[in-house]
Amino acid sequence: MPLVSIRDVRKRFGENEVLKGVSVSVEKGDVVAIIGRSGSGKSTLLRCVNGLETHDSGSIVVDETPVDNARTDMRELRKHVGMVFQQFNLFPHLTAAGNVMLAPRVVNGVSEKEARDLAAAMLAKVGLSEKMDAWPSQLSGGQQQRVAIARALAMNPKVLLCDEITSALDPELVNEVLRVVEKLAAEGMTLILVTHEMRFARDVGTKLVFMHQGMVHEEGPPKELMAAPRTPELRQFIGAIA
Amino acid sequence: MIYKLQFVDLLPYWDVLARGLVFTIVLTCVSTAAGVAVGTCGASARAFGPRWLAGVVAAYVEIIRNTPFIVQLFFVYFGLPTLGLKLTEAEAAFLAMTINLGAYSTEIIRAGIEATPKGLIEAGVSLAMTRMQVLRHVVLKPAFQKTWPALASQIIIVMLGSSVVSQISAEDLTYAANFIQSRNFRAFEAYFVVALAYLLLAITARALLRGLGARLFPGARS
Amino acid sequence: MTDFSVWVIFSNLLLATRWTIALSLIAFVAGGVVGLALLFARMSKFRPLAKFVALYIEFFQGTPLLMQLFMLFFGVALFGVEISPWTAASLALTFWTSAFLAEIWRGCVESVPRGQWEAGSSVALSYMEQMRYVILPQAMRIAVPPTVGFSVQVIKGTALASIIGFVELTRAGTMLNNATFRPFLVYSLVGLIYFCLCYPLSFAAKRLERRLNAAR
Repeated sequence: MPLVSIRDVRKRFGENEVLKGVSVSVEKGDVVAIIGRSGSGKSTLLRCVNGLETHDSGSIVVDETPVDNARTDMRELRKHVGMVFQQFNLFPHLTAAGNVMLAPRVVNGVSEKEARDLAAAMLAKVGLSEKMDAWPSQLSGGQQQRVAIARALAMNPKVLLCDEITSALDPELVNEVLRVVEKLAAEGMTLILVTHEMRFARDVGTKLVFMHQGMVHEEGPPKELMAAPRTPELRQFIGAIA
Repeated sequence: MIYKLQFVDLLPYWDVLARGLVFTIVLTCVSTAAGVAVGTCGASARAFGPRWLAGVVAAYVEIIRNTPFIVQLFFVYFGLPTLGLKLTEAEAAFLAMTINLGAYSTEIIRAGIEATPKGLIEAGVSLAMTRMQVLRHVVLKPAFQKTWPALASQIIIVMLGSSVVSQISAEDLTYAANFIQSRNFRAFEAYFVVALAYLLLAITARALLRGLGARLFPGARS
Repeated sequence: MTDFSVWVIFSNLLLATRWTIALSLIAFVAGGVVGLALLFARMSKFRPLAKFVALYIEFFQGTPLLMQLFMLFFGVALFGVEISPWTAASLALTFWTSAFLAEIWRGCVESVPRGQWEAGSSVALSYMEQMRYVILPQAMRIAVPPTVGFSVQVIKGTALASIIGFVELTRAGTMLNNATFRPFLVYSLVGLIYFCLCYPLSFAAKRLERRLNAAR
């Protein structure tokens, strides 16, 4: 049984069908990179996995729990599915440590002290030990995104969803964030990333999913796929990005 | 004729003034606490409650903001007893001020809630928080932080507006001035001194509220 | 005492509403004129004048309008001049309004970017010319919504004139209540009339502000 299994998922916004029967399966320890043009449905797909969007039909199963907004206890699901956003979305009224501590404290009922120790450990993991008490407004974009990753990791998720986490960053700040993600991958974290970083997808990914017009157009091992795209759409996409 | 101001004539009435001052301060503090609580609930209901409730709250806010406080006060003090709710002067003053500040703070806090980026709510939800946890930890605190200056100046406006409660014989600072001038006929002196007392109250309250804001909401916002 | 029908009460209140409207208009227009003068004085380079106006504004914003009414009403009498409630209310509301409008407008002037002043002086405009041709036209656009919004405060402020005996809407309500002993009805109607006067202005202010924000 794969850790995350997406089968024939459909989703429409009014007239516009953004997902037209998408199936992807993710094994434990996989690093799945989802690529594709904007509007191809890749972010929507990711947001369906933790229920931020509801899918109209098909099934999504995470760790043997079906994701179905009507029936599933979404909170229980989200304890195991972390998410990192393009715009960081740090809580501006909390320090870096406060951002990491919040969910363990209010959701898991961890004590103040334990939560702070946990925050220290998570921030160390993303290389921000010295920024524990900094406010989000005092951090660079790259640092904010690393805090956001630490915040998601503090819930000890089984899978981490990353929605274009480097797209809002200045170019010189992209690498510090990617290095953190690479380290997580090396430690065996299961990752699903929507990304435009092709080199990162090739070097770190275990699976590449190319989405086109709401469907999975091609998928396979990243190196193979990028070296020899089977369809003209992927060839064109790789050509346009590189 | 040249009139000579005689502030000395106020001295025998210092205890009346002191009692009025205490009443005004207590009335303001209590109705501030209650009014902001009403405003927090009202703003949450308007932003996240069911449609009918949001509508009721919106109507409450507009009715209060578009009628004079003195009419609200008379309505509470003279009108409510006909419905069987008899209130003392002090209770009526407290209730009217709470209703009044509740409406204004609902509007102020709601603006703060609406300024919360959608992404913050999604981040909270993604961390497995319940709706109430998101409201409390992710939405309300930054909303308060953002709107604290506006809230503080509204509290001061309400405090100054409280001078009207003297008209239902609630024994506040203005009532003290009325009382004194009816005894010693030093109307201008009495009102002048009391006006200065209000000014000092306003300046002190502003400083206290700013200090409270700095303590409640440390750190710079982006 | 005759029986007061709802209609009799309502029509009497409506008659008194004239005076609420008249007093509001006087206070708003006169207050606007004085407020504009205060605005220039407040922003003047002559420090003592600016300081004095700042104190004036602090005083009128930091004390209850009711105190201002009382002080004017009883203060003028000290000089042996009889002052009618009508005059006292007009004067007090004018001073009060002017202080608030001056402060609102100062905020609007200051929200015009500094670069606009610099651009004005770089083409050799004097201070007054910069104000007249560059800053005020921009500030005025921003000032419309809060100014309309404040007119609601002025209308509500006129209710306090009832306390020094000026017969406007609130005073008429009190008199009718004393005659009819139907406080719930009377004050509901009084509130309703105020609402009908104020709500359109509040609504317009909100609309104008939204349009201004959308335009920027």
